[in-house]
Formats: sequence, C-alpha cells, structure tokens
Amino acid sequence: MADQIASPIISFRAVTKKFGGTTVLANLDLDVVQNENLTLIGPSGSGKSTILRILMTLENVQAGGVTVDGEALWVDQGPDKLSQQAAAAQTRAIRRKVGMVFQSFNLFPHMSALRNIAEAPIRVLRLSKDEAYDRAIELLKLVGLADKQNNFPIQLSGGQQQRVAIARALAMRPKILLFDEVTSALDPETVGEVLSVIRQLAKKHQFTTLMVTHHMGLAREISDRVCFLEGGRIIEQGSPVQIFESPANNRTKAFLRAILEA
Amino acid sequence: MTILGIDILADWFRLSVVTVVLPKLIAAASVTIYVALLAFVGALVIAIPLLWAQRSHLPLIARPAVFLSDFIRSTPLLLQVYFYFFVLPQIGVMLPAIATGVLALSIHYGCYVSEAYRAGLEALPVGQRDAVIALGFSRFDAYRYIIVPQLIPFLIPALGNLLVSIFKETPLLASIAVTDIMFVAMQHGADHFQYIEPITLCGLIFLALSLATSFVIRVLENAASQTWLGRRNIRG
Ligand SMILES: Nc1ncnc2c1ncn2[C@@H]1O[C@H](COP(=O)(O)OP(=O)(O)OP(=O)(O)O)[C@@H](O)[C@H]1O
Ligand SMILES: [Mg+2]
Repeated sequence: MADQIASPIISFRAVTKKFGGTTVLANLDLDVVQNENLTLIGPSGSGKSTILRILMTLENVQAGGVTVDGEALWVDQGPDKLSQQAAAAQTRAIRRKVGMVFQSFNLFPHMSALRNIAEAPIRVLRLSKDEAYDRAIELLKLVGLADKQNNFPIQLSGGQQQRVAIARALAMRPKILLFDEVTSALDPETVGEVLSVIRQLAKKHQFTTLMVTHHMGLAREISDRVCFLEGGRIIEQGSPVQIFESPANNRTKAFLRAILEA
Repeated sequence: MTILGIDILADWFRLSVVTVVLPKLIAAASVTIYVALLAFVGALVIAIPLLWAQRSHLPLIARPAVFLSDFIRSTPLLLQVYFYFFVLPQIGVMLPAIATGVLALSIHYGCYVSEAYRAGLEALPVGQRDAVIALGFSRFDAYRYIIVPQLIPFLIPALGNLLVSIFKETPLLASIAVTDIMFVAMQHGADHFQYIEPITLCGLIFLALSLATSFVIRVLENAASQTWLGRRNIRG
C-alpha cells in the first residue's frame, strides 16, 4: 500500500523543534501515506520520540507545519513568525485520530485492565458503559488477555501491561498508531508476546503506524519504509531491504553495525 | 482523688467542679468540632484556586499567589485572626465571629493544603499526563477520573495531620469570642475562679478529639491501601 499514490496522512514541513537552546529537529520534512508502516531508527537523542510526541500533541514546535489527516496541527507562518497551533477543536480531532503506546506503558494504576481500556471510550467518545466494556473485552481477547480483565496493572507482568496499553490505544479506533520503544522496558522473556501483537496489527494494514524500535528484526519484517535519523535529521530512508542490506550512508552503516553487534 | 491513701488532688481537682464544668464543655465541643471541620473543608476548597494560581504560567498571577502563601504560612495565625476580625468590618464586611474564625483558619490552612496538593501532583508519574492527553481526555475529566483518584491515597496522611492541627488551633478563636471549649473554660474560670478543672478537662477533650481524628485517618488509610495500592502481592 505504501507504493500506492496517495496524499500523505501525516506531513511534516520544515519542522524545527528546540528544547531551550538545543535544536532537536532541524528543518524536518516527512510524509507518511495512509496505512504505511514506518519505522524510525537512530541513535539516542536523535529526535525519534520527539517526532511521535509532536504528532500526539504532547510537544510544540518552533517552526514549520504539521498536518495530520487533513487537520493542521501546526501552521507555518513563514521564516519570521513562530508556527501557530491549530484551534483547540483541531487538536482534539487529531487526538482522536492518533493513538500512542509508550515505553513505560502509563496504565492508570487505580483501574482494572478492563477499565483502563474502557475509560476513554466512555469519557471521551461518550460510548455507553456496556458498549465500551464489550469493546474492551474484544480487545483484551485480541491481545490474548481475556482472563486478566479484572487485574490491576500492578498484578500484571510488564508484557501484559504493555498489551493492555496497546488495547487501550486501539479502543479509541485511531487511524494512526504510534509505538515508542514499546518493548524497551520489558524483560526479555515478555518481549515476544508484545512483538507478536504489533506484528499482527501492522500486517493487517488497517492503521498507519509510526514505530520507534531497536528491534531491527521487527522493523525489517513489518515496515514499508525505514528512516534513519541522526541529530534531528533524516539521514537516509528507504525500504527495509535497502536500509538493512545496502545502506548508502556511512553513518547508517555505522549505526547498524553497532546495533547488530550489541 | 486518692492515690496510695494520700489525698493529693482533692484540693485542686474537685469532682464537684468537674460535674458542673464538663457538661458545659461538652456542649461547647460541638462548636470546636463544627469550626474545625468547616475550616478543614474550606481549606481543601481554597487550596484548589490557590494552587492553580501558584502554578500559572503568567507571572502576574503566579507571583502574588506564591507570595501570599509564603506570607500567610510565615505569620502567626493569631495575628491573622485579629487582622480579619478588625479589618473586615472596616471594609464593610460584617461577619459573625465564628465565620471570621473559620475564614482565618481556612485561608491559613488552605496554604498548607495547597502544598500537599502540589506534592501529590509532583509525585504523579509524568507518563500519566502523557496518557490522558493521548487518549483525549478533557482537562476536567482527566482530573476527575484519572488524577484525583490517584492523589487521594497519597493525600490522606498529610491532610489528616492538618486536620489534627486545625483542631489544636481552634482555641485561638476564643480570642475573638468564638464560644468554643477554651472560651467556655476560661469564662467559667473567671466567673468562679476555678481554672484548673476546666483547663484540664479541655486538654482531655482535645486529646479525645485528636485520637478520634487519628483513628478515622487510619481507617481511611487502610481502606485506601485495600484498593489498587495493596494488590501488589496478588499477581496472576
Ligand atoms: N522535555 C525535554 N526537555 C529538554 N530536552 C529534551 C526533552 N525531551 C527531549 N529532550 C532532548 O531532545 C533530544 C531528542 O530527544 P528524543 O527523546 O526525541 O530522542 P530519541 O531519539 O527518542 O532518543 P532515545 O532513543 O534515547 O529515546 C535529546 O537530546 C533529549 O535530551
Ligand atoms: Mg525516545
């Protein structure tokens, strides 16, 4: 589907993001088409999380424009003016279209697994409780945790918590899913169960996914495109075969060598 | 009262006085309880806009709020009680003494409660904020359903201690003629020149109130730890 000509569902235009004096994204351009699975790789501090957090409306930008599924999140006002954030209504619309899964799960500790998943559909989408719980149970089945619906986060393993977090994001029926190093905080033996859920989701091509990961195997298997970032710039991008088998850029090569040896 | 056959207390702790004073003090204890609980609720409420102002990004709002809170916490409560008592009528606000007292206590303790709220919010993992934004909760719903329920178990001990302090500070209001137990005790003392029994009994009543409050707090703390906080060991 990535090769299909389509207008992008996500577009970054000359986006610059700074934290204090440090430039984290430098004049970044990035387009993602509908149902594409894009993976961002790169060294620590290269700006991968920042890209996802901007899309999730968790961070602002200092210059440039960002559009998400036809809604302007940041509007470029030219070189002399700061970008202007979209109206609150557009921000809300974008939040409904985008779902995010975090490295640290961020489940609500005072709610059962079921309630964690159903809460936002009830409060934000205003679904009836019955409908929200039905939806939550279906999603728990999808991630293989139907028997854990009454467990609190503290009673679940890391891998189980992360699968609940994925179900929680899916419950909002987003068009775009963001995964930020979702297996990095897990014990090695529970990584597999989370990866298989992501694999299953990505292969159906029902969502546009942006994923940050250090699992090159997963990136290779499910991505339509891989972007290598360094210092807030996209250094190289291409199909997984291109990037992993014949990277053109020396920095990409060095990064891949380092990560594959690790 | 006789201990080891020696009549040590008989002269200055007379049961005949106790039987007269105790009913008066118990009646007045309702004023103390009423004032303290009202002031506590007032402090819980006042702390919300105060904290909001202190955390504002606008210096014009944040600076005065921070200053006010520091100022109130570093000056004696008695001074504040007198201040409201004498200043409010000057600006045309006529309040009964008891309302003035509750107001003074509420504002004073509101500054401490807002510090407790702040500590609670700061203890909340940042990921919770990310999660509520990502899921699209409105600010109000985020506080109501996600943030406040997580703060409550954290706040119970700190707020409980403040409630105990408020109880202990209510005698200050006797200075503006709020008829709490201290006021009644001193009045009895002045009328009959019997001070020791009323003051001792006052102390015992405060001890009872304080023990009762601590008991309720402990029950609430236990109840809170029975919920999600205490489920650590039932993994599975
Ligand atoms: N809230 C913040 N305040 C200040 N600096 C920040 C903040 N968040 C990120 N940064 C800085 O921005 C840069 C990019 O961060 P980002 O989290 O996007 O990197 P990353 O590519 O996701 O790295 P990692 O692989 O370590 O997660 C880093 O140098 C980081 O220190
Ligand atoms: Mg990151």
